[in-house]
Formats: sequence, structure tokens, C-alpha cells
Amino acid sequence: MSGPARMLTGDRVYRIHWMPGTDILRGVCHCGAERVAEEPVELWEWLLAHPQGHHSPVPPAPEVPTRTAVPA
Amino acid sequence: MAFARNQWYVAAYGSEVGRELLARTVLGEPLVLYRTGAGEAVALADRCVHRRYPLSESRLDGDTIVCGYHGFTYDQTGSCVFVPGQQRIPRTARVAAYPVVEQDSFVWVFIGDRDRADPTTIPRAPWLTDPRYAVVRGMAPLNARYGLLVDNLMDLSHETYLHGGYIGTPEVANTPITTEVDDERGIVYVSRHMDDAECPPFYARSTGIQGRITRWQDIEYHPPCLYLLHSRIAPQGVYPPAQGEDTEAFHAEIVYAITPSTENTTYDFWAVARDFAIDDESVSEYLHQSNHTVVMQDVTALNILEQVIAAEPEKYQELSINIDTGGLAARRLLARMVDAGRVEATR
Ligand code: FES
Ligand SMILES: [Fe+2]
Repeated sequence: MSGPARMLTGDRVYRIHWMPGTDILRGVCHCGAERVAEEPVELWEWLLAHPQGHHSPVPPAPEVPTRTAVPA
Repeated sequence: MAFARNQWYVAAYGSEVGRELLARTVLGEPLVLYRTGAGEAVALADRCVHRRYPLSESRLDGDTIVCGYHGFTYDQTGSCVFVPGQQRIPRTARVAAYPVVEQDSFVWVFIGDRDRADPTTIPRAPWLTDPRYAVVRGMAPLNARYGLLVDNLMDLSHETYLHGGYIGTPEVANTPITTEVDDERGIVYVSRHMDDAECPPFYARSTGIQGRITRWQDIEYHPPCLYLLHSRIAPQGVYPPAQGEDTEAFHAEIVYAITPSTENTTYDFWAVARDFAIDDESVSEYLHQSNHTVVMQDVTALNILEQVIAAEPEKYQELSINIDTGGLAARRLLARMVDAGRVEATR
């Protein structure tokens, strides 16, 4: 058994699940849009851009992962 | 990193504020704290309006502070009630008084526009005053910017490397996390649920568990100041019942208050509240000693990191990986709070 995946219960919760046994992250928006990525910077950017680019009911194919450097 | 103004911050433990004057600098603002005869905690600007002498270097006379340089005397609202040698007290003779709330053993102060201070927005850490919990705690001054402590606490995979032999075991760094952000309420939640993990000495010695454990770490960060780590330790394979109390497990509520002092210094308030062996003094002593050691391992590392970053050009680059998912979310909420505080200030 694994722990509960949802701890926060608000109406505007964004989630990123790190899929067990993989390096894959799955982002889930409160609107239902989903997307996978291999690093968190790009995935947060996509999630937090809601509703931009969140219309598709089918999750878009994972993009070629790029290592993005972030200014602190 | 800039500061988030118009927010509540922990300036001290309630037990630190008494009839001695206490100096603390929060978000670059020097404060003097004391307690009135009636028991009320007071925070005033720590600079006399006359010639800027620190009031914290002065003395209390009843509930007033008498400046140690020329005797300007201030009441608990910051109003000057006496100046030497003359009857007339200049109209502008007052120091700022900060909104103060004592809650969950902390003294919270509001830094910003005092009309915006809403005590109901202060996040809670009720275990620190709950008689069903035993608490050990401390405060470590950090010679590093507060953002480094936020990064540190949001990613506990560092326990495996920096705190091996205390709280770190291989499973911490190896177990995937789920990260959640409540955008409206401004909370970051990071769950790391280890089903089958080695028991680190910190918990083996305090709980008496022998063998492997099921270890849950649930971080709840309420930026800017309050960080909660809900730690659940149970013999391997023991999960909470569908209903009722989770009596088979040991719970530790680990609380940090992260208070920016200056651009490059931070107050690191830490507390460990536990619901087991609450009357056992030797467990308290052990956990205090161990957690102090762990905190100082972080302090040492972050002080080094501060030196490195301070010596680097502005736009240095770093690389984020999966373990940083929670830290990145925290940074974003903080940046938003910093911006909001700025906009309000210029209105
Ligand atoms: S500096 Fe305080 S009275 Fe002169
Ligand atoms: Fe969305």
C-alpha cells in the first residue's frame, strides 16, 4: 500500500506525482488537464499557466525533456 | 532574495519575552520585545527617535522603556511619555509599535502596514502547546539568506547525505514524492511515504522500535514563515486504521519558523513535538540533543552555501531535478508574496 496521493483538498490544487519506479513526473491540474515530464521546472510552468494550454482532454505527448537552468 | 512584507513572522518564543529587553531584527527592522506587568508581549521599533540609541540597550521602568542615552521614555504603544528637561513632548516623539500575537508558544509580529494585520491568517502549530505532546525546541541563528533554509527544508532527500546516522537513511532519497500546491490558500504540501525503510537512530532510540519501519514524511509549508513536518513512524507494514485513532504509530510534529532577519541572516526556530514517551525525560534529552545536532549540520552547510552564493555573479545557474519539485513550488509562492508586499507598499 502506498500513501494517499491527495492531501490538500482545496478547489485550486496543482499536483505533481513522481511515478514510483520511474524518473517520470506527472502533473495534474485542478481542471483535469494532465501532462508528464522528466523534470519539474518545465512541468510547473505548464501547470501554473492554467488555463493556457490545458484544454486538450488527451494529455499531450511528453516533450523532449530539456534541462532548464533557473535563476535563483 | 527580497522580503515578503505585510506578513506575520515569528520573532521569538513566548518564553524568551519577559521583563528583560530582547533585541531581534526581522526583515531588516530592529525590534525590542518585552512583556508588560500584566503579561502582554510588546514589540517596538528598537531605535529611539532622539538620537537612534537602541531601546534594547536601555531599561524597563514598569511598562515603559527609558532610553539608556538621554531618558526619552516610551509606553507600550510606542508613544513618548517623557523627555528630559522640558514639559513639552514633541508631537512626533514616538516609535513604531508592531502588531503582536502570541500563539502556539510563538510570538508572532506583523511586518508591514499595520492596518493589514489580520491575526486570523496566522498558520497554526497546535502541538506545541498540546498537553498530549512533549516538546523540545531551540533557535539557531543562521548566517545565510532565508531562501536557503526554505530550499533545505522542502527537500528532505538531503537527510540521506547530510544527516546520515541521525535522521537520514537510503530510503529517504530513494522514495518518490507527491507535491501539491494550493494556489488559493498558499500552501505547499510534499508527501514522501516510505513503506519499508530502515529506522534511523533518531526514531529507533526514541520509540524503541526494532527492525524496519513504515515512515511517512508529510511537509506542509505555509509561506513565508511556518513549516510543518508531520512525521509518522510505525513498525513496517502498520498503516493507520480506516477509522479511529492511529494508535499503533508514533507521531512527531516537527515545526520550523523561518524568519528572515537581514538579507543574509535568518532565525531558525525549531521544535519537535511527539505523542510518545511524553513523560520520559531521557527521550526528551536525546531528541533535543539529536535535533540540535541535525539543525547545526544544516546551519553549517547553509552558512557555507551563503558564502559561495554571495561571492558569485548575480545570474548563476543551477539545475533542478525531481527532488526539487516542492522547493520550486515554495519559491514561486514566496516570490508572489514578495511582489504583493511591494505593490501594496507603493500604493
Ligand atoms: S537617544 Fe534616546 S534619549 Fe537620546
Ligand atoms: Fe488547467
